[in-house]
Amino acid sequence: MLITCPYCGPRDVIEFTYQGDGNRARPEPASQNFEAWNAYVYDRLNPAGDHNEIWQHSGGCRAHLRVVRNTLTHEISSVTFVRGHHGSASRPEAEDRS
Amino acid sequence: MSPRRTDTGGRIDRLKTIRFTFDGTAYTGHAGDTLASALLAKGVILLGRSFKYHRPRGLLTAGVEEPNALVTVLKGEVREPNIPATMVEIHDGLVAVSQNRFPSLAFDINAVNQLGGKLLSAGFYYKTFMGPVVGPLKGTRFWMFCEHFIRRAAGLGSAGSAKDTARYERMNAFCDVLVVGSGPAGLMAAKAASDQGARVILADLEPRLGGSANWTGETIDGAPAADWARRTVAQLEGRDNVRLLPRTTVWGYYDGNTLAALERVSDHKDQPGKGEPRHRHWAIRAKSVVLATGAFERPLVFPGNDRPGVMLAHAAERFANEFGVLPGQRIALFTNNDSAYRAAVALKKAGAAIAAIVDVRPEPSADMRELATEAGAELLAAHAVIATEGGRALSGLKLQRFDMSNGALNGEARSMHADCLLMSGGWSPTIHLASQAGARAEWDAARQAFLPPKPAQDGPVQRWIGAGAFTGSFSTAAAMAEGRAAGISAAGATNTPAALPVVDAVPGDPDPAPVFEIRASGKSFVDFQHDVTAEDVRLAHREGFVSVEHLKRYTTLGMATDQGKSSNIPGLAIMAEALGKPIPEVGTTRFRPPFAPVSIGSLAAERFGDLRPERLTPMHDWHLANGATMYSAGLWYRPMIYALAGETVEQAYVREARATRESAGIVDVSTLGKIAVQGPDAAEFLDRVYTNMFSTLAVGKARYGLMLREDGLAFDDGTTWRLGEQDFLMTTTTANAGKVMQHLEYFLDVIWPDLKVHVTSVTDEWAGAAIGGPKARQILATCVTGTAVGNATLPFMGIVRGRIADVPVMICRLSFSGEMAFEVYCGAGHSTHVWEALLDAGKPFGLVTYGLEALGTMRIEKGHVTGAEIDGRTTARDLHLDWMLSKKKPFIGSAMMDREGLIASERLELVGLIALDNRPLNGGAHIVEEVDEANPHDSIGHITACCYSPALGKYIALALVKGGKARRGTRAHVSDPLRGRFGPVEIVSNHFYDPDGNRMHG
Repeated sequence: MLITCPYCGPRDVIEFTYQGDGNRARPEPASQNFEAWNAYVYDRLNPAGDHNEIWQHSGGCRAHLRVVRNTLTHEISSVTFVRGHHGSASRPEAEDRS
Repeated sequence: MSPRRTDTGGRIDRLKTIRFTFDGTAYTGHAGDTLASALLAKGVILLGRSFKYHRPRGLLTAGVEEPNALVTVLKGEVREPNIPATMVEIHDGLVAVSQNRFPSLAFDINAVNQLGGKLLSAGFYYKTFMGPVVGPLKGTRFWMFCEHFIRRAAGLGSAGSAKDTARYERMNAFCDVLVVGSGPAGLMAAKAASDQGARVILADLEPRLGGSANWTGETIDGAPAADWARRTVAQLEGRDNVRLLPRTTVWGYYDGNTLAALERVSDHKDQPGKGEPRHRHWAIRAKSVVLATGAFERPLVFPGNDRPGVMLAHAAERFANEFGVLPGQRIALFTNNDSAYRAAVALKKAGAAIAAIVDVRPEPSADMRELATEAGAELLAAHAVIATEGGRALSGLKLQRFDMSNGALNGEARSMHADCLLMSGGWSPTIHLASQAGARAEWDAARQAFLPPKPAQDGPVQRWIGAGAFTGSFSTAAAMAEGRAAGISAAGATNTPAALPVVDAVPGDPDPAPVFEIRASGKSFVDFQHDVTAEDVRLAHREGFVSVEHLKRYTTLGMATDQGKSSNIPGLAIMAEALGKPIPEVGTTRFRPPFAPVSIGSLAAERFGDLRPERLTPMHDWHLANGATMYSAGLWYRPMIYALAGETVEQAYVREARATRESAGIVDVSTLGKIAVQGPDAAEFLDRVYTNMFSTLAVGKARYGLMLREDGLAFDDGTTWRLGEQDFLMTTTTANAGKVMQHLEYFLDVIWPDLKVHVTSVTDEWAGAAIGGPKARQILATCVTGTAVGNATLPFMGIVRGRIADVPVMICRLSFSGEMAFEVYCGAGHSTHVWEALLDAGKPFGLVTYGLEALGTMRIEKGHVTGAEIDGRTTARDLHLDWMLSKKKPFIGSAMMDREGLIASERLELVGLIALDNRPLNGGAHIVEEVDEANPHDSIGHITACCYSPALGKYIALALVKGGKARRGTRAHVSDPLRGRFGPVEIVSNHFYDPDGNRMHG
């Protein structure tokens, strides 16, 4: 499986670390809503089809990526930085650096 | 020249003689021969013994699907079993032996198994090894004793135990178009795709590219098809955008169009070339794939169809045309389709006499009648072979009239002399790779075969395109047209009409008659390699196995090393008939990788032995040069003890710890994880990450911190130093450095992207030495310049910057040992220099170096926790660290840490233990209330760390014990049945030594 890191380009899956279901919403830090905390820590979606996942490019630029992966085909339809980056998400002047 | 060898033709070089041995006998062959063709040319028909019955077996095929002629190839002490003789290219010095026979291939004592054939039927092992359920032998060892011999009697080759000395290699490759199979379809596809400028890889498992063009005897553009193939290959070879991979089996089709292939680089040479591996594993990532993998011919199922001399029709055609070898002198053919007629003509041309063509169909076409005449063969339409004759080689066959509408045999049986019988039961496209890629095969009633699905107009995009016999297009002209179209389309271009090479082919209808089996008395084999007969399949049905998956497992049909390449469809057809269902309703099994056996060596390639990287501290060489015994802690190597001559481990660490508490000791702590946490929001971030406050920490001070996981359990601990308003240096435990880094990055990237904080791993940039003991401050005072180290300048948890031996250092006064102690950090490159300066300064004060054992001893005496206690199951409360849980702010884990289960009273809590029998304790030993050596039970906890305490003069331990805090002052017992250690202990506080911390506060 190849994941196209928006910064580093297409790389083998062994360079990445799976960081879990990307649909989880963390409650506000001070929240006392235990149900919400429980859901955040333990509940995971297990869809047959497109899944919103977080991967870290741990063997590369170390950015966390939001990856939409089809769990039936492993087809990856989108990869974006999780953290909104200022300016362009593309590799800066990749050609010049080579 | 051997009488079976033709004078001209084929891929062999008759001027080059090659010497090899088979079962100890020396033979010769020619360059280009396989072991199969070379032995066949010498008249060696008997090549193996069958799996269960030890029946004599010869060649069934000429290629990768061979089920019978499996051999073991010996290279020195190294043996590789179960290789089809058809896939072994001979070379000088090749040593091959036959398998599953004793004492010899010609006389095999286990052939008596044939007499007990009824006993060895389907499910034999399941039934037998249950043992008698009644009677005198029930439940006795006798049955186990028999099992040993029964299991030994069945089998294939035996694996060797010698170390494989060959070298293997792994390659990653990328291409626009991968073409699998180099027959007319594959060659056309590779050519067309490369014409479009695509980067093409063409792989074929045979040594010579060209596929069926090498043996059909057809002509393309007026020249022999083999010549056309050779020219096309030469043309492709010259192109920069084409890589040809002969001898390369594409065996796996994985997600994202990643395909796995095995290239046999040097098996065919007596010595590998310079730098050549034996095998090369290819991981090929292809934008698109053209599957031109051809088709396998099917055997017909009839009594005696496994006798040596009975072969598939196309295999004989291949031996004759590609290798110049005649499989027999007087040949009969038995077929349900037209393709065998072409074989008959080819063999006639090559010099054999064709006795008869036996066709199950009542009315072969006029074209076929003409071919039969051309072959000089008697044509017996509406006939079937009902038996074969001969011992270890075919001598003749029996025929009878056959009505294919009801399978009935009638009329007088007739005998016929022949030394070779060729059969053809139709063709099955080689859809394995498409099936691995998830394609559902569809039954085609006309072709009597499972075909790969046609690309749907509106369905999901297929990453592969089929061409040629793979799609059921069995004529060469159609294959070439499909190959060209597939190549263009795979390259992403639009097909435009163009003139195709003109093929002059033997006529023939590609559709066989729906006849798979002739039912007559005698063993009719379906799966040759696993000795599964038609009767076994019916027996499985009678015993209630109705699904094709169950049938496969119960009879083991298709589960041998050939994975049923020739047997799956006949087996399925017989099952369908027994069930009274049409074949598509019975369904087929899905193919899984590998397509053909793969050497384990190629998968490991260069990655064997200890693959872990070694992490060494910057003072590593000094430790080695100064008598340290090293210990591997995760990836790190750390000094365990610095033993003096004659010291035991315990004597060494006790001396080191005692000297530290009495004067001073120094230890290398460079392995601690170190993370620079910097930015305007760094303090806020640490408040959220740690359970305690860091925003209140003054610049130039350090604080001990505890992290929890999101689920509220303890995660890691360490000190964090505030070097500036926005600049922190976090330390983590050695083991968790990577995990903590990832944890911080996750929260900054995913949860709190608004925080302006940057984290950088600086573990390798800083070297650290901890120096502790009553004399530690005096030692520093003599060697540190640029700063005072007294209590006023450097109070407990204070940080100063200064120099040691002219090297800038950072010193923090903190203590793990419980003594007055300092951690001295400097740039890693200066570490040994600083370390030696500290030792020099310490010499007059009796400074000793100490290792992990003494470090552990002193921390146990102090009751500090490490990874053994923060084990992913304990909470801050369990470890008596609840004083660190801030109530003023939320932090990671704060919402979940108060859950019912995490605050229950009977949780495992950290305690200290003292051995009352004054004997060593063991890590992992259980704690029980009442000791019962014969029947240990009811553990109330376990030991996490233990040592001899020089400070207390006792054997002590840390332990996690149920409701531990409340048990302080009571007695319990250790129970360690594995090591036979039982004995009384006293449960005490985990703070054994100087609980008020007077020594470190000074």
